Amino acid sequence: MTTQPLLSVKNLKVHFYTLRGIVHALERVAFELNRQETLGLAGETGCGKSVTARAILRLIDPPGRIISGSIIFEGRDILTIDEAEVRDIRGSQISMIMQEPKMSLNPVIRVGDQVAETLLIHDRSLNRRSARRQAVDMLAQLGIPDPTRMAQRYPHELSGGMSQRIMIAMMLVTRPKLLIADEPTSALDVTIQAQILALMQTLVSEIQTSVLMITHDLGVMAETCERVAVMYAGDMVEVGSVHNVLKHPQHPYTQGLLQTVPDKANPDQPLFSIEGNVPSLLEPQTNCRFAPRCAHVMDRCKREIPPVYNLNGDHQAACFLHDGSPEAQAV
Amino acid sequence: MNVTHAIDKNEARRRRWEARRRYLKDSYILWRRNRLMVVGTCIIVFLLLVAAFAPLLATHDSYEQILPDRLLAPSTKHYFGTDGLGRDIYSRVVYGSRVTLTIACLVAAISTPLGLVIGVFAGYVGGAIDEILMRLSDVFLAFPKLILAIAFAAALGPGVENAIVAISVANWPSYARLARAETLGVRNNDYIQVIRSMGASNLRIMVGHITPMCLSSIIVRLSLDMGTIILTAAGLGFLGLGAQPPTPEWGLMVSDGRQFLVDQWWVSTLPGIAILIVVMGFNLMGDGIRDILDPHQRQS
Repeated sequence: MTTQPLLSVKNLKVHFYTLRGIVHALERVAFELNRQETLGLAGETGCGKSVTARAILRLIDPPGRIISGSIIFEGRDILTIDEAEVRDIRGSQISMIMQEPKMSLNPVIRVGDQVAETLLIHDRSLNRRSARRQAVDMLAQLGIPDPTRMAQRYPHELSGGMSQRIMIAMMLVTRPKLLIADEPTSALDVTIQAQILALMQTLVSEIQTSVLMITHDLGVMAETCERVAVMYAGDMVEVGSVHNVLKHPQHPYTQGLLQTVPDKANPDQPLFSIEGNVPSLLEPQTNCRFAPRCAHVMDRCKREIPPVYNLNGDHQAACFLHDGSPEAQAV
Repeated sequence: MNVTHAIDKNEARRRRWEARRRYLKDSYILWRRNRLMVVGTCIIVFLLLVAAFAPLLATHDSYEQILPDRLLAPSTKHYFGTDGLGRDIYSRVVYGSRVTLTIACLVAAISTPLGLVIGVFAGYVGGAIDEILMRLSDVFLAFPKLILAIAFAAALGPGVENAIVAISVANWPSYARLARAETLGVRNNDYIQVIRSMGASNLRIMVGHITPMCLSSIIVRLSLDMGTIILTAAGLGFLGLGAQPPTPEWGLMVSDGRQFLVDQWWVSTLPGIAILIVVMGFNLMGDGIRDILDPHQRQS
């Protein structure tokens, strides 16, 4: 077995060239994803989670551009191989489940055929009939009752939860090595969310897939992930095991984020919010992006970009608070 | 467990069949409700029947010239009278329906796929290619269709085949425009992104996922255009750039009768009325097809 991670993202930088100027959507994104591991990518809306996901599949469309960095997947840098190779990886090795299940299915094609299409794209020798049979098998594996009939339906006949199940079938039918789930449950009813997550987890462990779980729901994260990466305004602020990050957060942003979770024991307590707003991404990063909202802000936070400090073991945080502390070492 | 799921295959098939039947029934009701469309459809069906059974309906050989019988008025022997060369106009009108239908169908078969391919390609690829193709279509659209068709027919030389090519060339830009507009609307949908994230090539996306979305509006547009196509074909025939004598083409027959218009009105007028009725039939039907395919109409 190799100890090399399945996916290793380094210094990913993505800019969008808009009319108002250059949007520095991702400035310094780096994380590693091991085999058969679920990594959570947390952060508030607009912090670049989805852009990261799309960059991994090299699906950044103009006006966006990947400026620099590397995305090593199984020893190959996705950012340097040619388009045909990327197409080959998409869907067969790396699949992505999107946020809106109802919008993600083509309204005029039967869902069974859509699941089958993933197979047909990547296996030219496969005929339509056997692809369809495999699709139905996949639906059955997902525990969908009467899969043959379900495969004959059109997307508008399905509920949101069922659509998301179909999406999961579509994405996992090729048994990819990596599944990117971009907020797979945020468009669903709370009651369905748990079901879908449980379903995903069983399937993922069955076909031994790694998962990059993008979510802003810390509860979902705590339940499904082994490691967590926290992003703020296009910058990676903290990476570590789910236990370390959620129990002993080392970056002020993560600490604030965790405080926003309402306390069940104390329902009358007013909801916590982090003061201030997310900074404009139009300016390039010259300091800690979180500095204007940080309670522990120091002078140097406003002048320099904090390096990523390696804390005990598998825990990293990009904050000057850890400068000089005994266990920390700058990377 | 949920009872509704415990349905066997036959039951599922029956329900699907039922749904299809209901769709057809709704279509029929909408069709019946639109009187003008009923009229239009009847005219087109009549035209098709006439074209199919032309040899049975014709009373004379459409090419046979009986010079002593020149310019006879309509009678029981010659229903529509005879023309300047003593040919039976009724038989020629009957056979003319075949020429007209051939031209209309071939133009539709050439110009719609051409416009569809160009439009979807331009809309999907975008950028400079889109710009070039659309400016090219602007050039075509800047001229009235008939004028453009005349220019192409004149360049290619007279004849039915060349007339078909000329009308097709004049016609494709409007379909390309329509397909491009639909493509732009569909292109940024989530499901296109999803299929792209699954590794589909651009060709697969264009053929399998975008073209089907353009078809219904193209079909509606085509059914509305059929009348114009026939009119253009007749116009070319009239001007001597389309079908050549002695082909029994309606436009050509109208043209032949010009010199007798005052004294022997039937030579020009009766083929002219045939053109009028057929064009009206296609237009009425086109309007109705648009209404039937419109899902909003189905609600009521």
